[in-house]
Amino acid sequence: MLPFVLRRLASGVVLVFVISVIAYTLLYLGGGDIARRILGQSATQETVDQKAAELGLDQPLFAQFWDWLTSALQGDLGRSWFTGQLVATGVSGRLAVTLSIVIGATLVSAIVAVVLGVLAARRGGWIDSVVQFVTVIGFAIPGFLIALYLVLIFAINLHWFKATGYIPFTTSPSGWVASVTLPIIALSFAAIAAVAQQVRGSVLDALSRDYVRTLRSRGLSMNRVVYKHVLRNAGGPALAILALQFIGLLGGAIIIERVFALPGLGQLTVEATSAGDIPIVMGIVIVTAIIVVVVNLLIDIAQAALNPKVRLS
Amino acid sequence: MTAITPTPDIPTPQAHASLLRRLVKRPLGAISFAFIVFVGLVAIFGPMLAPYDPNKASLQLVLAPPSAEHLLGGDSAGRDVFSRLLAATQVSVAAALLALVVALMIGVIAGLIAGYYRGWFDSVSAWFTALVMSLPGLVVLLAARAVVGPSVWISMIIFGVILSPAFYRLTYVAVTAVRNELYVDAARVSGLSDGRIISRHILYVVRAPIIIQSAIIASIAIAIQAGLDFLGLGDTSLPTWGGMLNDGFANIYKAPLLMLWPSLAIALTSIALVLLANAMRDVLERTVVVRRRRRRAVATATGSVAAVTTSIGAVTGSTEAALDDELAAVKPIEHRDDDRAAARTGEVVLSVTDLRVGYETDKGSTEVVHGVSLDIRRGEVHGLIGESGSGKTQTAFAVLGLLPRGGRITTGSVEYEGVRLDHASEREFTAIRGRRIGYIPQEPMSNLDPSFTIGSQLVEPLRVGLGLSKKAATEKALALLDRVGIPDPKRTFAAYPHEISGGMAQRVLIAGAVSTDPDLIIADEPTTALDVTVQAEVLDVLRGLQEERHMAMLLVTHNFGVVADLCDRVSVMQAGRIVETGPVRSIFHHAEHPYTESLLAAILDEGPARPPLGLSTEGALR
Repeated sequence: MLPFVLRRLASGVVLVFVISVIAYTLLYLGGGDIARRILGQSATQETVDQKAAELGLDQPLFAQFWDWLTSALQGDLGRSWFTGQLVATGVSGRLAVTLSIVIGATLVSAIVAVVLGVLAARRGGWIDSVVQFVTVIGFAIPGFLIALYLVLIFAINLHWFKATGYIPFTTSPSGWVASVTLPIIALSFAAIAAVAQQVRGSVLDALSRDYVRTLRSRGLSMNRVVYKHVLRNAGGPALAILALQFIGLLGGAIIIERVFALPGLGQLTVEATSAGDIPIVMGIVIVTAIIVVVVNLLIDIAQAALNPKVRLS
Repeated sequence: MTAITPTPDIPTPQAHASLLRRLVKRPLGAISFAFIVFVGLVAIFGPMLAPYDPNKASLQLVLAPPSAEHLLGGDSAGRDVFSRLLAATQVSVAAALLALVVALMIGVIAGLIAGYYRGWFDSVSAWFTALVMSLPGLVVLLAARAVVGPSVWISMIIFGVILSPAFYRLTYVAVTAVRNELYVDAARVSGLSDGRIISRHILYVVRAPIIIQSAIIASIAIAIQAGLDFLGLGDTSLPTWGGMLNDGFANIYKAPLLMLWPSLAIALTSIALVLLANAMRDVLERTVVVRRRRRRAVATATGSVAAVTTSIGAVTGSTEAALDDELAAVKPIEHRDDDRAAARTGEVVLSVTDLRVGYETDKGSTEVVHGVSLDIRRGEVHGLIGESGSGKTQTAFAVLGLLPRGGRITTGSVEYEGVRLDHASEREFTAIRGRRIGYIPQEPMSNLDPSFTIGSQLVEPLRVGLGLSKKAATEKALALLDRVGIPDPKRTFAAYPHEISGGMAQRVLIAGAVSTDPDLIIADEPTTALDVTVQAEVLDVLRGLQEERHMAMLLVTHNFGVVADLCDRVSVMQAGRIVETGPVRSIFHHAEHPYTESLLAAILDEGPARPPLGLSTEGALR
């Protein structure tokens, strides 16, 4: 098990490194005369050169990247060009908000998708048709549209929730729940649809296996066979889809945070993007890549726990 | 990304030719297709039909409600919403198309090259795909936007690159699947250039899945493009659905209707695209399934007819249906009990009377077992013999209440130790299966759950069914593994199914079947899937356990060698009926039914010389 985890971890580190090389090159080369953009058209060439030297932009790109990488490894991702704030501080402060809705949405969609998928696969008939239709629609409608209408219905018309704003868990747990409920629901739809389809398919596949009949012939009830044996065998493909969905949710959170005015990574991304604040954008790309690598590693470990063949290979 | 996995069955060109025609026959397909065409027409002609300039602002029109002159009212800058919606359709559709075309070009071309030529390009593409899939598309888009500025078109080109792995994988899988097909080899041998082969043969095959994937990718592109503009990161000088949505959301309190139009456009277009993709997949997959099923049906029909015509001279040339009629009224030939069979057996434990099993299908129900009656006594091994498809396994499943979905006992009764099972509930069956009736399946490997150890699969029924403690159950399981002849029970107990051989797995399954001390064992071709040498050993184990525990056994087989070796009585099944039944010796020496005679003749003529009764003659009847 340990060699397996180490191998996956090593490939994750390589992936993050490659992403940082590519992202750095594209962001810093593509930006044109960065010092000029920061200072504006009215600045003299002298002050622009001075700014460029201050930011290290007069160095060759390789030297700049080396500087960035060595500081990044010590947790220093540089400073925002416009506010002077440390990138690491800015990003980590926003991360909790984003992770709480993304992880919340992942859990919600995993649970709901398993329930729907198993129901559709076992009952068949009209229940299956309804679940299939709903998941197709849920997959098709963009999450932010769902978010907009959730705000319109539950916040503006019914006043059940506040339309915008975020309450940290440490301030008020119940307030936190209220502030993340609608975002999580909005974010979950597409993931539920995709995972439920997969669960339905793999449960149907597992149900048709010979061992299901044999287990039942030993006097085990259908429920027991489904929840212990079938689900475990159907779990692998479903987890793989869930991992893909998690990556999608991280992206979806950017738009959802905007709708609910949540001060998360998404908001920071949008602000940094429109301002052209490259160090922040770079920091966000790296942090996102690391999150994705960690989640994929966790999923790999879960896969190995579910499937003995994965563990041994 | 939400790439659909390519269907392994690649539809043939004929299926594709009439795809559109069959598609519009399905209501959802027709509606979605019509809507997509409508959106396309609006995108092309909409701006010409717009009553006003979509960018002309007028103070009077700021957040104006709908009116006769301005059908959908005005937006926050005082522009005509209807005209803007028409113009935005053009921009949004064009943007989505741009992303789609870029993704198609890169994905399909790279997939063709990587799949057809392999080599370094293959590894590089695989790497690039993994890289692109490991970051959220929107994060990449926003990072790029920070550098290149707010251009709808550049953003969509980049998004096309991000989406290209969806097509790459599809093409790659299809190409690697067909590149070694015989007809591609033939084309190569006959001197066709690689370019011709790719365009004539390979592109033809991947066309349909690519069209399906395109619809899904287009819907994703529409959503992302709208999302980008909704975030205010698009080009604000162009009217787009996302931009209009942004304006509507900003004025959600003052003019809630403003949000409705763009969101309807986005949602309906996305839904129509995905439904269209689904309908196309259904049409294509259904064709494949039906064709495969038909082929299999033909194969079994010809197979059984062939078997029948060679075995029974009397009915040469008759079809199955005619055969059914002929056999309908025939009562099975019953042989009188001889002393040997009578001495070995006790009172009746299982009594099946006039059992009929039917399946509900789309086209009504079909009957597969047409009135089977048999009695099994305590200590008796009763063979149920017949060729594939004669209904013997269906009879066995009916007794166990484990008929596949759609199957049920239509008439007749099954009585086991005084309890009627033919209409027992699932709960009643759960109490009887395992504890009172054990089951040994045919294929050892597929009948063990691959995710659990052998031990846990043996222990679970003992704990659930017999209520043993974990320790007691483990001890009992280990003792059983030893009894069925497994050399190192502890090791096998801790092993996973894929770590043991087929012969070992079948011993494990036998151990599982007898573990809960049932009075009746139903063994469904327990040695068919095993090597000939292992068969004899497994049969020995089975006979030993049966005698030791004085169990009744229903042994389903197509092998008279096995019957001779193990059984006391035998029933011969043909086409869902029992044609002859009686003690084994009597049947062997005085078979009356031509079908039984032909089965017996098959061993004597084709099988290996059979020294003492017992060595199985695998393959004699295959």
